[in-house]
Amino acid sequence: MKARVHVMLKDGVLDPQGEAVRHALGTLGFEGVGGVRQGKVIDLDLDATDRTAAEARVREMCEKLLANTVIERYDIEIV
Amino acid sequence: MKAAVLVFPGSNCDRDLAMAFRNAGAEVTMVWHKDSALPEGVDVVGIPGGFSFGDYLRCGAIAARSPITRAVIEHTARGGYALGVCNGFQVLTETGVLPGALMRNAGLKFVCRPVPLTVETADSAFTAGYAKGQQIAIPVAHHDGNYVADADLVARLRAEDRIAFTYAEPINGATADIAGILSENRRVLGLMPHPERAAEPAHGNTDGAALFRSLLGALVPA
Repeated sequence: MKARVHVMLKDGVLDPQGEAVRHALGTLGFEGVGGVRQGKVIDLDLDATDRTAAEARVREMCEKLLANTVIERYDIEIV
Repeated sequence: MKAAVLVFPGSNCDRDLAMAFRNAGAEVTMVWHKDSALPEGVDVVGIPGGFSFGDYLRCGAIAARSPITRAVIEHTARGGYALGVCNGFQVLTETGVLPGALMRNAGLKFVCRPVPLTVETADSAFTAGYAKGQQIAIPVAHHDGNYVADADLVARLRAEDRIAFTYAEPINGATADIAGILSENRRVLGLMPHPERAAEPAHGNTDGAALFRSLLGALVPA
């Protein structure tokens, strides 16, 4: 079973890298980009066969390591 | 007075930090990240600057989950002293020993220069050698020193007098210009600037020496 974790900065936390990307897009002539937020995608290869158990396990991984929940939020996709 | 300085793959200020502790009179042991216990009788743990584990995932994130760091968390929970400088501060926030988080500098630039700091409290073993409100110059060298704290946390840090140092001018977008904070029991200090790089005359600046002297002074058995 595979899991995909999306880690994004929480709303309200300034994303300096996203802002820099937004400026660069403007420089290239892409107009109308109101905001850019940059995050991470983490793919996990799991031995698990049970979907619910796998999701619970990945949630624990997110809480303990994959995301810093002070500034980041995460979404888990089991695929 | 016994100090332990942690060494992670990618630490690069470990020997500088050890030297500063030694010059202040401490007996220093270097401790490898894979060790699971601190040497017997350690009074203070130094978590050095650098780029532990290549800053993979997030600065300090992997180091914060290393075997030795578990021992450091237990040490601080027992009331032991710890000093985290730069990457060491990031490690301490990643463990949750200190609140908040350190993000990419708001200007996206790696800032590497001496910066003016204001000493916000003299009420700690680390800052007792300074006067509240005193301005000192200490070098910084970081890309991710933008301290993030929400309004509640800043209010709490202020109310508990736990902001140790602030930047006298904005350098990285840090909330309330916070450069260093203390734990609730005031025995853990995390700061982005490098006092060990301004600790002896050959550095051309000794403003950081008082931090090590006062810490060691506080820890010498009476």
